[in-house]
Amino acid sequence: MATVSLNKLTKRYGNIEIVHGIDLEIADREFIALVGPSGCGKSTTLRMIAGLEDISGGAIDIGGRVVNDLPPRSRNISMVFQSYALYPHMTVRENLGFSLKIAGATKDDMDRRVAEASAILGLDELLERRPSQLSGGQRQRVAMGRAIVRDPDVFLFDEPLSNLDAKLRTQMRTEIKKLHAKVKSTVIYVTHDQVEAMTLADRIVIMRSGHIEQVGTPDEVFSRPATRFVAGFIGSPPMNLHEATVSDGKLMFGGGDSLPLPGQFKSKTAAGDKVVFGIRPDDFYPTGHGLSSGSETEVHRVDLPVSITEPLGNETLVFAEFNGTDWVSRMLNPKPLKAGDRIGMSFDLSRAHLFSAETGKSLRS
Amino acid sequence: MDENASARLARRALTVAHRVGLFLAMLVICLPGIWIVLSSLRPTVEIMAKPPVWIPQQLSFDAYVAMFSGIGKGGIPVLDYFRNSLIISITSTVIAVAIGMAGGYAFARYRFRGKSGMFLGLMLTRTVPGIALSLPLFFLYVRLGIIDTHIGMILAYVALNVPFTIWLIDGFFRQVPKDLAEAAQIDGCTRWQAFWQVEFPLARPGVASAAIFAFLTCWNEFALASQLTRSVSSKTLPVGLLDYTAEFTIDWRGMCALAVVMIIPALTLTYVVQKHLVGGLTSGAVKG
Repeated sequence: MATVSLNKLTKRYGNIEIVHGIDLEIADREFIALVGPSGCGKSTTLRMIAGLEDISGGAIDIGGRVVNDLPPRSRNISMVFQSYALYPHMTVRENLGFSLKIAGATKDDMDRRVAEASAILGLDELLERRPSQLSGGQRQRVAMGRAIVRDPDVFLFDEPLSNLDAKLRTQMRTEIKKLHAKVKSTVIYVTHDQVEAMTLADRIVIMRSGHIEQVGTPDEVFSRPATRFVAGFIGSPPMNLHEATVSDGKLMFGGGDSLPLPGQFKSKTAAGDKVVFGIRPDDFYPTGHGLSSGSETEVHRVDLPVSITEPLGNETLVFAEFNGTDWVSRMLNPKPLKAGDRIGMSFDLSRAHLFSAETGKSLRS
Repeated sequence: MDENASARLARRALTVAHRVGLFLAMLVICLPGIWIVLSSLRPTVEIMAKPPVWIPQQLSFDAYVAMFSGIGKGGIPVLDYFRNSLIISITSTVIAVAIGMAGGYAFARYRFRGKSGMFLGLMLTRTVPGIALSLPLFFLYVRLGIIDTHIGMILAYVALNVPFTIWLIDGFFRQVPKDLAEAAQIDGCTRWQAFWQVEFPLARPGVASAAIFAFLTCWNEFALASQLTRSVSSKTLPVGLLDYTAEFTIDWRGMCALAVVMIIPALTLTYVVQKHLVGGLTSGAVKG
């Protein structure tokens, strides 16, 4: 078990810098998720921690030991690959025991540890099969088994669920969470799926273009996004984000519509400031059908035409037209609606966000 | 007739046509081989007969007996030729495959300056006909004093085979996912161990086919060998066939018998190695 710290970690390919000197402290036994869109540098960062990529600058420290130039085998880590990377010419048992064989473990020790891992992941029936005879979910479990057999300081997961179908993904997500509770080791988990990150991680690191945008607990990054990018990335459906200009206690949108400037931002903005107004679909809802219906402190009501609805059973996503564009809202206890209906919509402005249009940084304190 | 019955009939007719076509194709492919075996067993009169005698009237192993009877009794030093062929072919195959593995792996896995140019250059060497090299090689070998030696032939064959083995093995290493070697390194392997424990076993069909091709090229090569070998100490079996030609006569039966002797080891080797040629071994390595 170990802490991991990245200090000014940089990666360059030729003249192109991919990861721009990131700093990150990961506590012992913490489950941390690196999340971001394709090409944000999250997988490269993970591969640098694993030792599969050379680092161009900075330092990586695992368990108090700088490992910058150590080969992967000397870092006491294990990794689950997106492709699983099971050895196709070996049985499941041989796959699980491979690292122990390389380390020169005795046969008894090997059998015991393979049996332990196989029991944890329910692989007992599959030990004599080859990877080609396994389903996607089973391969995924073998890949995880191979990782836990080594009893590593740090587990690295590189988008391990992205090759599975939606149902299996949900199931494996739960298994990974249970596994972490059982083995209690430090986990660094790379994903582009914010739902995976939110559900699994103790803390989430949101990356963009080789920079860290925000590090925080799932609740922090959801409720208090530090930047416009994080606000748009975390949450499904994503936050409504629209540019506006502050004017005389109001937010003037380009299309001619306006909203009152939320109270908490009055002291932080001046007339003429260009801002981006953000509100989650949960905080913009058909009146009477919201999470905080009845307990709002600062609500703005307006009648809007419905342009489209997406019923999900327990709730309906309603796209209402405001300022010439569609804003998505979440309707709880839904009632039937159709395109063209006009309904009363509530903006819970106490929960709205404002970002600087220039820097993208949140104006919330 | 209803539609289904006629469709069934058409399918059957197609199957029969396929089989007849296959039989004819196989006949064309196999006929020379069969003819050589038959010719080695029948008298010269029958071999030279016009029109050809399709069904042999009398068969005998005389040519085989004579071949091994020693010089002066119609024999040729077939065991020496066999030994030479074996030493030259096996040694040059082993070297060509070793270089091919190193080169193929490098081309498949590493990025380096001039890579595609180098690869193209290697392939271009294949466009030069071997016979065109025989005269320059002859002069070179004479100067170096390696004419009529095993080492000379081995060098020539290694050079002939390396581009091909690199090309073939490169393709197989490309099919082995890079993740596997990385997973092996995380599992505690050095780069070297990862290669031998994981990547090599998966590319084995490629290495085996490269080895067969290289071996057969050496085993059957005639043009270069006929120029670069002189005596019993280095002549290979294909060159040995010339022993059956005299100023005015050609012993077709003896020649065919030696050809059969030549074919047997090549066939055996191909049969033994073919089980390693089974592809698709990497299936199940990655993805669901």
